[in-house]
Amino acid sequence: MYKYDEYDHAMVAARVAEFSDQVKRRLAGEITEDQFKPLRLMNGLYLQLHAYMLRVAVPYGTLDGRQMRMLAHIARKYDRDYGHFTTRQNIQYNWIKLEDAPAILEDLASVEMHAIQTSGNCIRNISSDQWAGAAADEITDPRPWAELLRQWSSFHPEFSYLPRKFKIAVIAADEDRAAMRLHDIGIQIVEKDGRHGAAFYVGGGMGRTPMIAPLIKDFVPLDDMLSYAEACLRVYNRYGRRDNIYKARIKILIHELGAEEYRRQVEEEFAHVKSLGIDPPKAEFDRIAAQFASPPLDASASDAIDRSDPDFAVWVDQNVAAHKVPGHAIVNISLKPVGSIPGDASSAQIDLMADLAEKYSHDELRVTHAQNIVLPHVRKADLHVIWQELDAAGLATPNLDLISDIIACPGLDYCSLANARSIPVAQKIATRFSDLGRQKELGELKLKISGCINACGHHHAGHIGILGVDRKGTENYQLSLGGSGAEDVSLGTITGPGFDEDGIVDAVERVTDKYLAERADGERFVDTYRRIGMAPFKEAIYG
Amino acid sequence: MVERADNQSPPQAEGWHTNGEEPAVTLDAFLSQSNATAVRLEPDEDARALIPHLDRLALIEVAFPKFRDGRGYSSARILREAGYAGELRAQGDVLVDQIAYMKRCGFDSFAPEKDLNPADVEAALARWPEHYQGAADGAVPIWKLRHG
Repeated sequence: MYKYDEYDHAMVAARVAEFSDQVKRRLAGEITEDQFKPLRLMNGLYLQLHAYMLRVAVPYGTLDGRQMRMLAHIARKYDRDYGHFTTRQNIQYNWIKLEDAPAILEDLASVEMHAIQTSGNCIRNISSDQWAGAAADEITDPRPWAELLRQWSSFHPEFSYLPRKFKIAVIAADEDRAAMRLHDIGIQIVEKDGRHGAAFYVGGGMGRTPMIAPLIKDFVPLDDMLSYAEACLRVYNRYGRRDNIYKARIKILIHELGAEEYRRQVEEEFAHVKSLGIDPPKAEFDRIAAQFASPPLDASASDAIDRSDPDFAVWVDQNVAAHKVPGHAIVNISLKPVGSIPGDASSAQIDLMADLAEKYSHDELRVTHAQNIVLPHVRKADLHVIWQELDAAGLATPNLDLISDIIACPGLDYCSLANARSIPVAQKIATRFSDLGRQKELGELKLKISGCINACGHHHAGHIGILGVDRKGTENYQLSLGGSGAEDVSLGTITGPGFDEDGIVDAVERVTDKYLAERADGERFVDTYRRIGMAPFKEAIYG
Repeated sequence: MVERADNQSPPQAEGWHTNGEEPAVTLDAFLSQSNATAVRLEPDEDARALIPHLDRLALIEVAFPKFRDGRGYSSARILREAGYAGELRAQGDVLVDQIAYMKRCGFDSFAPEKDLNPADVEAALARWPEHYQGAADGAVPIWKLRHG
């Protein structure tokens, strides 16, 4: 894991001091809310329906036990004893007092954490593959590349008042676990002539106008990566639309210019930017990469798993993934027990996960964009004891990637932008499908719910997507099918007229029944949808 | 009010003054008349249009009609990267919380519509010990400090 040196510490300390000063001036009435807003947003502080919400950055979703424990401490001391893990691999707290914010940021800084650029029209926290460094299929660990980008983008003087927010994801495997092409910039580390470089996909995103990012450059050498990113951002900062907040994301610029013309402008800018010497030497990458060296894993550890406990075996089959080192496994902890709020965890649960990481996972945890937690480096021999501890804490739901592993935004229960509630819909669907045998029969089925058109719940990328809208003062839910945020990226298509809260649950059930009736051997839900198209599903829903 | 911050020391209260300088002309006017030495650049105007004329410019005023509109930061860097050495002024909705980034992008004078508290300005400009990335202020980025 990356450890701060004196420079990183000093930068975060300066930011805490700056924001403390800004909060002080705001509380004293020296600056208006209008002037304060962009400042607090750059520190992750939103004003929501009921209170301030603080979003804490978890760079590329990686954290250690000490940091995880601090997240529990903050929930306990400053919030209502729980936190909400987000689709950006961050955590947010829903009940924060403005006057506590500086103290929280100081607590975070003491464990090398912060809330910098987790909101506002700037480059946001960099996201990545939650299995980075552990996945059997990666060509390298993407996190050193992400850390290089994190430092470059932190307090970037030119790109802190962009037309709109800017999200970057970095992966290094063909299997895309980070929805890479639905980011403003999606980077895949690829290999060419024995060297690693960055493939740049630019202009993806969800929101009200979902777009899949086109490939802008197939191979940017490490030595050029920051210059290339700078060129991509400069073209956007200069020419991205600022007349309409809904058309201000880079995807609209690229859509309007065309990928070809955007690429031409970026290449021209890059030719100039490259001469400025902003790319660090290889030694800096090596310094960072050394800190992401694999922990000492014993490759001779036993591959055997005692499956005599049937509940344990079910969990192993669903929630444990292959590790690149023999005798080891990746544990996925579901934060989606039936009837819960997707992504929420109590202080006690967060503490427990910190303990397990320290004891069994070389002190590492990951947050996933599907709002779950990962223990990336676990010995297979320890799986049973880990499962027992998780189970006792309500954290052993064996539903990874099943229909009840729902991504949902906070919705109208918390969010000031929402038109409809997301959480009760997620809870009702999970309850309707609570029978695990039924869920397993349905297989991989990614269901995603957003409470408004901004799509924080990734509904466009759901195999089944649900969008809550406000129709004449009542909550109405639109259903879409066929989206994916993975390597088979696609955008869902709306089935037809929307439903009320109970109607949408029934509609989802009719869709899954149709799938079971139509599927061919080995087909996932989304495969069947792609083969037979919308019409049979429409017939089943409305017919 | 124009505040100069063109050296490394923070601006002092007595550094605030009103210049009796030549008024800046619009970009269009500048490009069509050969004798102006001061130009005002709006957010949607291309800073690169000035590059052939940088030698005869003593002042470029970059307009910030709204502080949220960050195009002027790119304009400033482009001008400095092209070698412009004259006065580069941020004018308009310029707030104390923006001026440190503005300075990094190459601005060396500030003409905020609403007066800034000099103590706040001083604190803001002294805030950052180092910088992660290179920009137009000549500051040595952290990666260079790490590797000499």
